[in-house]
Amino acid sequence: MNKKTSLIEKSEKSIKENAKVKIRDLNLYYSDNHALHDINMDLYVNKITALIGPSGCGKSTFLRCLNRMNDLIRNVRIEGEVFIDEKNIYDKDVDEVAVRKRVGMVFQQPNPFPKSIYENVAYAPLKHGIVRKGHECDVLVEKSLVQAGLWNEVKDKLKEPGTSLSGGQQQRLCIARTIAVEPDVILMDEPTSALDPISTEKIEALMLELKEKYSIIIVTHNMQQAGRVADYTAFFHLGDLIEYDETETIFINPAKKKTEDYITGRYG
Amino acid sequence: MNKLKNTSDNPFYDPGLRKRHAQAKRFKLFSIASIVFAIAFLVFFLGDMIVKGLPAFQQTYMLVEVTYNEKSINSTRKAIDKKYRRIVSRAWLRDIPAMVENQPELMGTTQMTWVLVNHQIDQYMKGHYYKIKDKILSTVKDKQAKGEIELHFNRNFFTHGDSKIPENSGIKSAIIGSVLTLIVTMLIAFPLGVMTAVYLEEFAEDNRWSQIIEININNLAAIPSILFGLLGLAVFINLFGMPRSSPMVGGLTLALMTLPIIIVSARAALRSVPDSIRQAGYGLGLTKIQVVQDHVLPLAFPGIMTGSIIGLSQAMGETAPLIIIGMIAFIPDSPGSIFQAATVMPAQIFTWAGMPERAYVERTAAGIMVLLSILISLNALAIYLRKKFEVNW
Repeated sequence: MNKKTSLIEKSEKSIKENAKVKIRDLNLYYSDNHALHDINMDLYVNKITALIGPSGCGKSTFLRCLNRMNDLIRNVRIEGEVFIDEKNIYDKDVDEVAVRKRVGMVFQQPNPFPKSIYENVAYAPLKHGIVRKGHECDVLVEKSLVQAGLWNEVKDKLKEPGTSLSGGQQQRLCIARTIAVEPDVILMDEPTSALDPISTEKIEALMLELKEKYSIIIVTHNMQQAGRVADYTAFFHLGDLIEYDETETIFINPAKKKTEDYITGRYG
Repeated sequence: MNKLKNTSDNPFYDPGLRKRHAQAKRFKLFSIASIVFAIAFLVFFLGDMIVKGLPAFQQTYMLVEVTYNEKSINSTRKAIDKKYRRIVSRAWLRDIPAMVENQPELMGTTQMTWVLVNHQIDQYMKGHYYKIKDKILSTVKDKQAKGEIELHFNRNFFTHGDSKIPENSGIKSAIIGSVLTLIVTMLIAFPLGVMTAVYLEEFAEDNRWSQIIEININNLAAIPSILFGLLGLAVFINLFGMPRSSPMVGGLTLALMTLPIIIVSARAALRSVPDSIRQAGYGLGLTKIQVVQDHVLPLAFPGIMTGSIIGLSQAMGETAPLIIIGMIAFIPDSPGSIFQAATVMPAQIFTWAGMPERAYVERTAAGIMVLLSILISLNALAIYLRKKFEVNW
């Protein structure tokens, strides 16, 4: 059902931008440490949103709120609401595992499973019952690897371990693995910070392709990267959302002094 | 090396350099000395064992005429010529009726057969200390000159259980007892230990409860093993009424002892699985059980195996708790099930070490050699498994 509504939303995209994810009064505490303060934000369908800010500003923490990964950390308390397709994922009747199927995640360090390339992609869809073993699964694996721009490089060695690939390839494998679960939203936590410039370029090109189908939220330390790929950019500082606007506005004409200082490198 | 001089044109001169070098050299020397010392001990120990134990793998046999008839079955001594009666082993004579029963065609015949001889004569043949009457000794020397008394491979050592007749005793029942005991130990300790480790490492909250459990597990690993024997006696034998001296009780007792080793090593193995793998799993919407079962456990498997096999070999060499539960008994026949009385290899070695006859000295050493070679094979297996299933990153 949710899938249908999201399709409808996508068709309405031309009319106006839809908020795929709505964050309302989000507060997060690590024990007594108040790490995120009253975040309010709308993240749009088929757009790339970049989260920037100095280290420790809470942008990764914020990202992990969107698929309830913070539930895995002890002593974390979250207040507020995160609506995905108008449903608050922090409602009592929501299964956090199901949330993570709809909101995929790519991590800073490429972390393929120490299994074959094929199994890396096929494992989760098989477990979720999206496809059955055999031809159906082969098709999905190929489709996902093609989408991640990795198919031509690995089609002859699907049985080899995923860890045998280069760093950039591993990261694209992780993206393929995430796409294979057919999420609506993809979260990327500094996906290129461990990669060389050429791999980074490939991943960025990939993101621009993927946004046609998914809503992408990316945390990055690389301001140029945000400038290159993001439609929207949010600047975080010490757990506050300082400014959130279209990327161009943030970089050329920021409204807040702090944002300007950070962008121009005068900060800190 | 060039002489270091305090010259004004050397800005890198350090007045303490010579002292520092001497210190480093001393340190290195001490380390090497301790290694040499340790190796010397090991070589001495192994060498002594092998020199003492090797003779036990050979046993003296004598070619002699044996008469199989009614008389010799009723009174087995009479199967052999009077001259040789004191030379032949009592154990061999005792088996004559059984031999005839197995091979009825022997009945009524006289055959030249290689016959097991008395342990004193065996010791004489091996050049050890012996106590033989002069008359018998001259008979033996006669036979020796004719080449009718010689050392053969000692099959009895591997096909017989313990015996009060030294030349007839073997380690078979102890090996079988050890195997049965260890099967029970592994069947109980491995799943319990791994599941405990998985719970503590992957599921348990870090609260007072789990801390208490953790401390207790670590303490359990440090308890003197004989106390486990007392526990086994009190619980398994007295409370549950299991048969004493049985591999079942021994296995359970050793399982208690092995459990902490397996838990600690399995936890270390689980902890060494990088968290990024778990994160990757959760990020794909996998449940905790899927992540642990399909991604974490396979990666931890080599480490868990290594720890378990080391725990197993430790259990294999354990004697003290088994003495308490009666597995030190004299067991001539191999146990057929885990509920029959049995003994284990280290207990057998202990028994033999306390025997007065010289023949048992070499058997003690040979028993140690068998035990050590099994332990070394187990450790080699652990290394092999670790290498085989190790995942390269």
